[in-house]
Amino acid sequence: MFKIVHKEKLQSTITLYEIEAPLVAKKAQPGQFIILRVDENGERIPITIYDYDTEKGTVSIIVQTVGSTTMKLDTLNEGDCLQDFAGPLGKPTEVSADKRVCVIGGGVGCAIAYPVLKKFHDCGAKVDAVIGFKTKELIILEDKFAQACDTLKVCTDDGSYGVSGPVTVGFEELIASGAQYDEVFAIGPMIMMKFVSLATKKYNIPTTVSMSPIMIDGTGMCGGCRLSVGGETKFACVDGPDFDGHLVDWDLAVQRSRVYNEFETHKREETCNLLAGGNK
Amino acid sequence: MANMAPGKNPMPSQEPDIRNKNFDEVALGYTKEQALDESERCLNCKAKPCVAGCPVNIDIPGFISEIKEGRFEEAYQVIARTSALPAICGRVCPQETQCEKYCVRGKKGDPVGIGRLERFVADYHMENSDAAPVRKEPNGHKVAIIGSGPAGLTCAVDLAREGYDVTIFEALHTAGGVLVYGIPEFRLPKSIVAKEIEGLKAMDVKIATDTIVGRTITIDELFEDMGFEAVFIGSGAGLPMFMNIPGINYKGVYSANEFLTRINLMKAYREDSDTPIVRPKKAVIVGGGNVAMDAARCAKRLGAEVHIVYRRGMEELPARREEVEHAEEEGIIFDTLCNPVEIIGDENGDAVKVRCIRMELGEPDESGRRSPKEIPGSEFEVDIDCLIMALGTSPNPLIKNTTEGLEINRKGGIIVNEDGLTSRENVYAGGDAVTGAATVILAMGAGKTAAAAIDKALRK
Repeated sequence: MFKIVHKEKLQSTITLYEIEAPLVAKKAQPGQFIILRVDENGERIPITIYDYDTEKGTVSIIVQTVGSTTMKLDTLNEGDCLQDFAGPLGKPTEVSADKRVCVIGGGVGCAIAYPVLKKFHDCGAKVDAVIGFKTKELIILEDKFAQACDTLKVCTDDGSYGVSGPVTVGFEELIASGAQYDEVFAIGPMIMMKFVSLATKKYNIPTTVSMSPIMIDGTGMCGGCRLSVGGETKFACVDGPDFDGHLVDWDLAVQRSRVYNEFETHKREETCNLLAGGNK
Repeated sequence: MANMAPGKNPMPSQEPDIRNKNFDEVALGYTKEQALDESERCLNCKAKPCVAGCPVNIDIPGFISEIKEGRFEEAYQVIARTSALPAICGRVCPQETQCEKYCVRGKKGDPVGIGRLERFVADYHMENSDAAPVRKEPNGHKVAIIGSGPAGLTCAVDLAREGYDVTIFEALHTAGGVLVYGIPEFRLPKSIVAKEIEGLKAMDVKIATDTIVGRTITIDELFEDMGFEAVFIGSGAGLPMFMNIPGINYKGVYSANEFLTRINLMKAYREDSDTPIVRPKKAVIVGGGNVAMDAARCAKRLGAEVHIVYRRGMEELPARREEVEHAEEEGIIFDTLCNPVEIIGDENGDAVKVRCIRMELGEPDESGRRSPKEIPGSEFEVDIDCLIMALGTSPNPLIKNTTEGLEINRKGGIIVNEDGLTSRENVYAGGDAVTGAATVILAMGAGKTAAAAIDKALRK
């Protein structure tokens, strides 16, 4: 069992959990993920690591409450335990000091983008960042990003804060202002990573994306997380989760991510009813 | 007097038309009377060819003699001397190619139902005995086992009995490896696996789940930081193989590993599970081994019309004969001598058809098997909403990639000597991680061999 030592609401549906998992904390690196189960009948879900503290032996994740499992997770409080918490899984993001990079995060994906940004920043690389959200109320980690990069663009889809439009608008502004990059990192919803990859392709900037497809074991056993990258089948859990955004077959990846939409809608309603009933 | 009936006592089983709609165990097990009757078919012959046919050399006539006298617990103790997991082996061993193949009674009629008797004895023990397992005084030596499948469990039992301080590291959340994620409930109830594992814990074997060796910890750390003196790698086969044909990434196309893991480990067939699974209407399973039979029978139980597509003929199916018979009885359709060439999807990315080609068997190749050849122009299409590839697996690279000096062969299997020792000092390996996908009992044999070698090495 893995204890929640700290829980913090970042926004109404976005929560940070700091979990006691000393072995995972000791090994965790930016770009890697963990798999958790909330309870005995729970599904295994992969979540990318936000932060880790080797001394305290904790790993932090930031989770958006979107479905049945994340709703159940949201009912747990500090002191409660997760049934399972295994990792770190996947290959760490490759970082080097002598690069000019732009890190682009979308929505809760910013939680994953931040440690990548910070690692570049800490090793002395020149980094800019673009972060995007639906609306002002959903912005997270703005201060953290601002501290760890040279130029930060915050975008909102509805124009309620910062640059109006998706992250690609912010990115184009940076390019227009003369910025040049050796590499772009895009981390967020699949559709956002697709459009960032299309944008960077125009400028021939190598682009790394962090894929989070459906998976079960996370160790290469089930093959459920497979993607088509440059015409080859790759397993996100062992070959990734980082891939070349210009080579990912995005349409296929988006379709595969929707396999269980119907089941998930049904489970979410079931869980809603259950939780509502429990509160009466 | 010996029972000279030519046929085995039939195994009481759920009726095919009932069992193909539930996940309860198919074979119900012998009654005492049936076990006594079957035991009398053993002639207790001097040559004991059955024992040589058993990968772990169980004293088969010995335990059957105890059954004849009604001493079922004593019979169990005879088996337990050499086999760690009799309730499991009695259910999943391919007896017809091992012990029973060599039984003299098989020359005229059926061999003695050794597997069925083993299962009877093991179940009797589970129900009636609470005797604490016998083990030697702790000897202070620490051994790490990677993987809690049949190889790892067997190695752990043998070492724990000798007094070793054993810890098993398991990547998943439940111990048992392929016994829990691969083999379905209706063939091997998970409560049986859980009881065998409880037996291990009673011998102070520690089981660390959620621990991925190669990620959470490395083999070097097991030695340097955690004080283990020997390591056994029983991490299983791992990566599923897919055919190299167009369309394998459409929705509805699964590896058998994923399909079975969702059902067996995650219990996706049950209402109270949070793990989703497709409920196919028409499923095609590609492959002819035990895993293909398991996947087919699971798909049937989810309500599908199920076809097994296999490129050779019925005679060449590598699955246990009993599994094929069970599958046929349950209404699985065998489309042999054909092979998929393309999976066709719709605009949503859902697999909707599979295009297959008919095959014929050519001359035997070097391995002695007749190799299948495509019949030009014989392609045809079949409507599907689910396709499961049960084509085997290749060893998982996680441990290899994080363990310097661990040599592997061309196929990714860990290279070991006859004692199970790898190219690294005090690191042993066995089971599918070494051989590629094979059987439970072979993995157990490898676990046993390594346990004996570890014992010898650490005693020095």
